[in-house]
Amino acid sequence: MLTYFFKRLGLAAVIVSVAMFILFCMIYLIPGDPASVALGPRATEEMRASLREAMGLNQPVPVQFWNFYSSAWMGDLGTEVLSGRPVLTVVLEQLPYTLALIAGGITWSVALGIPLGCWAAVSRGSWADRIVGILSVAVIAVPSFVIAIYALLIFAVQLRWLPAIGAGEPGDLGDQLTHLILPSLAVGLGWVGYIARMVRASMLEVLEASHIRTARAFGLPDRMITYRYALSIAILPTVTLLGVGIGQMLSSAVFAEIVFARPGVGKLVYDAILTRNFPVVSGTVLVTTVLFVLLNLLADLIIGALDPRVRSSF
Amino acid sequence: MAELWRPIRKILREPLGALGLFLVVLVIFGAIFADLLTSFDPTRINPRDRFQGPSAAHLMGTDQLGRDLFARVLHGGRIALFVALVSTAASLVIGIVLGLIAGYGPRWLDNLMILLFDAMKSFPTVMLALALVTIMGPSLTAVMVVVILVTVPGYARIIRTQTIALKNSEYVTAAQSMGANPARILRVHILPNVIGPLVILASMDIPVVIGIEAGMSFLGLGVRPPTPSWGSMLNDGFTSIRDTAWIAIAGGIPIILTTLGFTFLGETLRDVFDPRLKGR
Amino acid sequence: MTTLAIDGLNVTFSTEDGPLHALKNVSFDVPENRIVGIVGESGCGKSTLINAILGLLADNGSIDSGSILFQGRDDLTKLGPAQMRDLRGPKISTVFQDPMGALNPVISVGQQMINIQYRSDISKQEKAQRAVDMLELVRIPDARAALARYPHQFSGGMKQRIAIAMALMMEPALLIADEPTTALDATLEVTTIELLKDLQQQIGCSVLFISHHLGVIAELCDDVVVMYAGEVVERGTVRQIFNDPRHPYTARLLECDPARQSERTRSLPTIPGEIPDLRARPRGCIFANRCHRVHDACAAPPPDHDVGDGHVARCFVANVPETVEATA
Repeated sequence: MLTYFFKRLGLAAVIVSVAMFILFCMIYLIPGDPASVALGPRATEEMRASLREAMGLNQPVPVQFWNFYSSAWMGDLGTEVLSGRPVLTVVLEQLPYTLALIAGGITWSVALGIPLGCWAAVSRGSWADRIVGILSVAVIAVPSFVIAIYALLIFAVQLRWLPAIGAGEPGDLGDQLTHLILPSLAVGLGWVGYIARMVRASMLEVLEASHIRTARAFGLPDRMITYRYALSIAILPTVTLLGVGIGQMLSSAVFAEIVFARPGVGKLVYDAILTRNFPVVSGTVLVTTVLFVLLNLLADLIIGALDPRVRSSF
Repeated sequence: MAELWRPIRKILREPLGALGLFLVVLVIFGAIFADLLTSFDPTRINPRDRFQGPSAAHLMGTDQLGRDLFARVLHGGRIALFVALVSTAASLVIGIVLGLIAGYGPRWLDNLMILLFDAMKSFPTVMLALALVTIMGPSLTAVMVVVILVTVPGYARIIRTQTIALKNSEYVTAAQSMGANPARILRVHILPNVIGPLVILASMDIPVVIGIEAGMSFLGLGVRPPTPSWGSMLNDGFTSIRDTAWIAIAGGIPIILTTLGFTFLGETLRDVFDPRLKGR
Repeated sequence: MTTLAIDGLNVTFSTEDGPLHALKNVSFDVPENRIVGIVGESGCGKSTLINAILGLLADNGSIDSGSILFQGRDDLTKLGPAQMRDLRGPKISTVFQDPMGALNPVISVGQQMINIQYRSDISKQEKAQRAVDMLELVRIPDARAALARYPHQFSGGMKQRIAIAMALMMEPALLIADEPTTALDATLEVTTIELLKDLQQQIGCSVLFISHHLGVIAELCDDVVVMYAGEVVERGTVRQIFNDPRHPYTARLLECDPARQSERTRSLPTIPGEIPDLRARPRGCIFANRCHRVHDACAAPPPDHDVGDGHVARCFVANVPETVEATA
């Protein structure tokens, strides 16, 4: 178990390193001068030159990469252009809001996707199965920000059921949760489709397995067979799927934060682009990438905890 | 003509495929004949007609600058389809080349490229897009670069896997032993075998690409105004969503119909022509 | 009393290429306290027969005619799904062929053994105790600790013994054993067979034992049913079938049994030809295309010929021993 964990952790570190290299190439090797990007068009040539010196842009490229790489591993992602605060602090301040949004999205997708997929599998070939199938494809197809805007328009502006903007009063958990409902629906709705399809497919496969025939041969009630014997196996791939899905949910969260005017890393990086706060952009990209890789790792470990077959193979 | 007709008949037999084909044809038709279907100029500002609701004159109403929304929807389709076709085609070409190199080349190169693909996939799409736009500035080119960076690793991996499988197959080994050079083997023996499933997968990526274009334009990071784009229309409507909901509705509906249409069509194509790909 | 009386059973599957007649006029009895063996090549309809008895035929399969009378009272072909479910487990238990996949991989063995006692009113501790007793009976070492373990932590032979323990824990009137030893190696097979026979005598149930292994059938069973292409071609006691086979198929099957080869031969004898397509059954004898004693009459459906003492063969020449014919 421990060897497996460290092996996976090492692989994750390699992936993050390569991602950092790609990010570095994008920032420094693509035509365009970070110093002039950061300072805007009205800066003088002297200002650009001094910033270039300060950013270490006059050093050879490998040295620049090594500086970027080693300081990033030490948690130094540079300082914010305007306030001079460390970028890491700024990003970590906003991260909980985004994580809450993603957790909400996962809740929606699991709470709707697993029952729908299970229902479709049990009533295979019926109209219910067909409708779930079409709806799944439909929610996967439509971009999440369109869902966000339409959800805002219908439930917040027209029906006035739910609040439209912000993250709710600090300290008031009920208010914060009410503010989370619509944005997390926008984040999670597409994944309802993915999970429903995945659960349906793996459920159909499991229902064909010979241990299900054994359970039937002992006359176990259909409900017990469906939920205890089949579904407990059929939902295992969902965890892996969600691990991959978190990256996409992170993308959807950026839109949801902008549409619903919520704080979070998406809002942070969007505002940073508009104000040319360049270190914040690269810092946020790096933090979210690390987060994505770590959550993928976590999904693998959860699979290990849930599936006794995997558990003992570690 | 008959060869073209048979697959279309197969698609039409599936209700969902027929609906998808209808929507796709509708969007393409609207984009091609935009100038004939409406007499309004999608970019002409007309302050006297600002914020008009849908009417006989303006089928979908007008926006905050008095531009006809129906005209903007039709012309926005041109942008969306242009981005989708050009960047998907570019991704396919790049993906095929990289995949063939990884699959056919030496082991170390293969490992290195797989590592690069995995690292590319570990960036959340929007974060990648935001980082790129910061450097390149908002433009149609930036949108297409994002699409290529996002989709190429997937295509390249599939091509690589199939190439490795084919490389060890008997008929390729036979061709090799008869002294055919690698370029010829790739072109004659490997490429024709891997291209079919890839085209189906690419067609299923088209709604994703349209979503990326609309999303970036919505954030003001894609197509520059005044060029009409569904995403920027949605942004216009979002700004005034409390008073004039029809602008947001006009911007969102073409995105929904197009992504649904291409998805239904792509799913049917896959099920009819390559059921093995199911579950990818 | 007869535990199971199958009479004139016909089962059809609807397939894309038309109806497939999987069981045709199957009739035989499983008397109380006896072990009845069913023998036949793969594809002879053994699995279909089990599923028909258990009421677990696939959606495209249907019982067209015939009856399956259980304990002289219930016709299993006419019971509803809920009534069938009440019989499965407490009255009719099953051990399946595949010991690797027959147990649920993510539920502990103990929980699975407790779950199948869901009808019983006794406490959970008592259910667990019964499970421990059964596991000890099938000689699982450290039975109490075994309850907390998962199927993959046991060997194939142990898993099969656990499956037997589960089936017999229900104290059924009828135990169906579908090739329970096929996946095991030879030594394990012998111990498992002995165990099964031992437990059957203790519990006093009838057993329907399916196998293609003639040696096992001869060792374990009282009566034998020989199936070919969805038909019962011959049935009788072990002695009758093995010493005096009357259907040419049975005779060839016995000749082909590797265990019966007295002299060393270069190649195992086989029956030439293949099982006919069950979608297009011949009107006459189903074995005619492979039979070495085929003659003109075989184009008509052969009768079930009773040659005495319940020994029945579905053949025109059942009354004529092969040796007699050869000299004639």
